[in-house]
Amino acid sequence: MTRHSLHLSAAIAVLFPFILVAQDESPDVGQITGNVQMLFQTYQEDSLIGAQVPPSKTGFNAFGNLIYTRGGFSAGMRYESYLDPILGYPGRFRGSGIGYRYLNYNKEHFEVTVGNFYEQFGSGLVLRAYEERQLGIDNALDGFRLVLRPTAGVTVKGLVGKQRFDFDSRLINSPGIIRAFDGEVNLNDAIESWATAGTRITLGASFVSRFQTGSTISKDTLILELPQNVGSWGYRAQVQKGGFQLMGEYVRKINDPNADNGYTYRDGEGILVNAGWSTKGLGINVGFKGVDNMQFRSDRNLQLFDLPVNYIPAITKQHTYNLAATLYPYATVVQGEVGWSAEVFYTIPRKSKLGGKYGTKISFQYATASSLDTTNLSGVDGLVDGYRRNSWKAGEDLYIRDINFDISRKFSKGFKAKYAFFHFDFNTLATPVTTDYKGIVNANVHVVETQVRIKKGHSLRTELQALFTGTDMKEVNGEMTPVKQDKGDWATVLAEYSISPHWFFSVLDQYNFGNPNPDQRVHYLYGTVGRIEGAHRLSVGYGKRREGIFCIGGVCRAVPASNGFEITFTSSF
Amino acid sequence: MMRITPFLLVLMCGSLSAQEVPSIELKDLGDLTVDTRAFVDAAEGPVLFCFWATWCSPCKRELNNYADLYPDWQDETGVELVAVSIDDPRSMMRVKPYVNSVSWDYTVLLDPNKAFARAMQVNNVPHTFLVDAEGKVVWQHNNYADGDEEELYEELLKLAE
Repeated sequence: MTRHSLHLSAAIAVLFPFILVAQDESPDVGQITGNVQMLFQTYQEDSLIGAQVPPSKTGFNAFGNLIYTRGGFSAGMRYESYLDPILGYPGRFRGSGIGYRYLNYNKEHFEVTVGNFYEQFGSGLVLRAYEERQLGIDNALDGFRLVLRPTAGVTVKGLVGKQRFDFDSRLINSPGIIRAFDGEVNLNDAIESWATAGTRITLGASFVSRFQTGSTISKDTLILELPQNVGSWGYRAQVQKGGFQLMGEYVRKINDPNADNGYTYRDGEGILVNAGWSTKGLGINVGFKGVDNMQFRSDRNLQLFDLPVNYIPAITKQHTYNLAATLYPYATVVQGEVGWSAEVFYTIPRKSKLGGKYGTKISFQYATASSLDTTNLSGVDGLVDGYRRNSWKAGEDLYIRDINFDISRKFSKGFKAKYAFFHFDFNTLATPVTTDYKGIVNANVHVVETQVRIKKGHSLRTELQALFTGTDMKEVNGEMTPVKQDKGDWATVLAEYSISPHWFFSVLDQYNFGNPNPDQRVHYLYGTVGRIEGAHRLSVGYGKRREGIFCIGGVCRAVPASNGFEITFTSSF
Repeated sequence: MMRITPFLLVLMCGSLSAQEVPSIELKDLGDLTVDTRAFVDAAEGPVLFCFWATWCSPCKRELNNYADLYPDWQDETGVELVAVSIDDPRSMMRVKPYVNSVSWDYTVLLDPNKAFARAMQVNNVPHTFLVDAEGKVVWQHNNYADGDEEELYEELLKLAE
């Protein structure tokens, strides 16, 4: 489709319903909503922090969404610009154009979508088309989707489409075709006599298939055929009773030699189990995850962020404090890993001796992931299957151990404080977040956060953070000397002053005071001023930002160091 | 020009209604299916939709601050607060234990693939919408700073009049 015909089709899509109502005597023309997001960045060279200047000297990413709705009908589109893309975004995104458009019709028993759509089956282990705009991830499907709701409690979905891969003034889709089906039944809604039962049960099953043309690959003396059709399927169950919840999902995949698994043919398998119990003031959650060769893409030759069909969540939680979140963030090792986590939330009741006037909130979490327990195969078996998994027990290599704790308390109407502690044993070979250290980094992070109400509408929030890495004994000038791991110790100070409901001012300084290399003991100072008007927000920032890892939902992207201005505007209507 | 034409034509049609709550089916923490539009239609007073996530500190600050004021708001304005979590499969199962531990008295809905957030034009969280009894958005705020509840309270009182 040419660019012009694409725009034309969008115009028709938006106008079509108006043409229909033109003859209506009392036109209900429906509603239009939208949002805009713009990010403009300037770059200055800074050799000390490694900040580069692209040829265009500035970067600009912008998105404008529009949705028209009338009754059960809706149509939407997103106009995107990458002129040129902000550094850290996929550099191949170029130009301006429509990157997402759809028509949707929703009736009581069915729903049809034509064009782009997002979708998730169960917890996403076999299929998740989603968008994390800040990471530049968008694997929306483009095709047709039909959702049927034949009776109460039963939902059947079927879809066929290609996934969004690239953007060059228009949407560029994957080579592979995805065909997927999902069925879910809630027994309490489906079976009349179960309607009032205290236990609620939902069961589901999915099947996903990819077609991609392929010929053969050669390995040593073997010539192997690349399967053109790859299948993946899963079963899931969810049980709820009062404060108790249990969720389990089991998935498999066959026929998928790909770049992630070294073009081997062994089956993929995955298990996700989560159990929780909670009551007023107390919540407990435990989880187990085992995945083995379960990464599934709509192009067998791609890796990293490109064209995932499914989503394998990380076992650790997403941290929010700067030093805890960005230096050693964990992302799932897609080739395979096994891990578990346990977490407790507790509120010491208000007006008790320990809880104070307003109560005190505490949380603790332990999460770990390791390599799989496998045996490498040799000969032809090795070439074809690679390895054999012996069990779902943890293998030899630790990938991550994340222990964290926090306690927060409101002391008075105008003062709140929080202390948080994090310990990471982080394998930089499994999740390559740094090039300065290969092995397990041990890091402790301490954070003290306070919030003070200065006067009506004015508040000051501060964060004091420190990260200390472990030390290794290394030979320096013939003597064994303790040397800090990776980039050594860091401190962060953040002060944020808000005048509700319109203004905020913040200053952030990250200081790498413990870098083993004294020349790298740099301050990264960054200031922001922002104005908010309801759903419209403008902010201007200036300063240095360190090279780091930016993550959302266990997916991370490396962001290069930068020095310059950043202007952002977001608005919805 | 081709690109702007549909927008202009749409705007020229005029008399478009204000943003309304769309009909999206989500699960609540008891695994019951809730239709967002039906929820608003069934509510007797205004509805406050607060989009949040377990990994979003300002969101939790907002909802924890509202928790202290919520009983009074309900008495005075009949408002119902719906906290819509956009936690994805990584943290979705943490929502219920967290919510119970902090004893929120809100309806909590799960929107793990952001279907409702997208339909409501949410760019980032926290994003709060005040919806009147007809399902129309009458006030919204993106971001949260301590003290924002005072503006919201005034809006609630206006609706209650």
